Amino acid sequence: MSEEVRVNLPGPGATPTRLLARTLTLVAAVCGAVIVAAYHATFTAIQENQRVVLERAVLGVVPGSNRMQPFALGADGARTGADLRAGEVRVFGAYDAAGKLRGIALEGIARGYADVVQLLYGYDPACQCIVGMRVVQMRETPGIGDKVRSDASFLENFRGLEARVTKSGEALAHAITTVRHGAKSEPWQIDAISGATVTSRAVGRAVNDSAQTAIPRLLRYRRAFEESP
Amino acid sequence: MTERANPTTELFLEGIWRQNPVLVMTLGMCPTLAVTVSVVNALSMGLATAFVLTASCFLVSLLRKFVPAEVRIATYIVIIASFVTVVDYVIHALSVALYDALGAFIQLIVVNCIILGRAESHASKNPPWPAVVSAVGMSLGFTLGLVLLGGVRELLGAGSLFGVPLFGTAFQPWAIMLLPPGGFFVLGGWLLVFAAWRRDPRPAAAKGGAHGH
Repeated sequence: MSEEVRVNLPGPGATPTRLLARTLTLVAAVCGAVIVAAYHATFTAIQENQRVVLERAVLGVVPGSNRMQPFALGADGARTGADLRAGEVRVFGAYDAAGKLRGIALEGIARGYADVVQLLYGYDPACQCIVGMRVVQMRETPGIGDKVRSDASFLENFRGLEARVTKSGEALAHAITTVRHGAKSEPWQIDAISGATVTSRAVGRAVNDSAQTAIPRLLRYRRAFEESP
Repeated sequence: MTERANPTTELFLEGIWRQNPVLVMTLGMCPTLAVTVSVVNALSMGLATAFVLTASCFLVSLLRKFVPAEVRIATYIVIIASFVTVVDYVIHALSVALYDALGAFIQLIVVNCIILGRAESHASKNPPWPAVVSAVGMSLGFTLGLVLLGGVRELLGAGSLFGVPLFGTAFQPWAIMLLPPGGFFVLGGWLLVFAAWRRDPRPAAAKGGAHGH
């Protein structure tokens, strides 16, 4: 692209180092100021955007809810707040207009075909079942794996997907598994999308991995969610 | 290119037509092929690049007599990176969905060779006004190239334009058009069309050389 060759070797004709440093410092300072200004100007909007996206996803997986509250769920309790300590997971209580708990949204993640699949699913403690699922982020193949976000019959799997705990309340009675398309025979099974088995399995694994530890705890500390305003 | 006080229409049209970065010079292929799965993505990427290109060329041109030759590339990169950061924040503030769709390619505008190329070969040798005119022309040319690719890929791969379905439910999407090979097919198609259109006996791609990325 350049029409002339400029030699950068230090020599009698070269610019003094002091001048180079001064130029770079000035340019960096001006650019730094521009970045800081842009950061401050957009900070509130970015925070608000992310909150709206999260809230929409939480309310989307718990039917009948219109308000949500973040909780930290650990081995020895659940408390409101978004800051997590070691061993805790982030969950969201979803409430209706009257303030009644409609369900709890949990996060799941598993390796898919192209990259990890991140999702949210809603759990209803009253029926001990999953009531909704939404993929939050994925890079699955367009037209194939990305159907897990839109395929109506696949999403139907998550309306009343059984996730009961054992009598002792320590674990799930049945692991949630994804089965080949058309082979679903139990209420805790997910019917895979034909041709998108890898991504369907990833969704099942993401839900199961999260549910195995979180749901027994969630039921044990259920009161904390119900009492929250 | 010499110092020109009065930019001409030709200077403006150069980037759109004679030296179109995508369709003639085949520059900046990385974002071109990666994000053009829909018109909205292509248009947003084009506009984001346009802002960075125009703002960077303006600043580079303003500073052209002040920046010593030895540190000019470092200076340009700092300037370009700053504007890319600004664009990154603005897109994130405008729409999370768009921000996720464009992914790392917003940050990668910083290594788009069109921008550094224009800063080095034009803006650093011309006064601000012609530099901005040329940069806007190039930006429009780049956006045009992206939208042409994104339009065809979205139409064939998803059966829609601007997210509006056009063919009804019976349409079977041609999914490969949304995958990387589709990007190459459509780009090849447009390069053919442009080469024929410009009545140039040589193929456009060969003329531009294989220095794009």
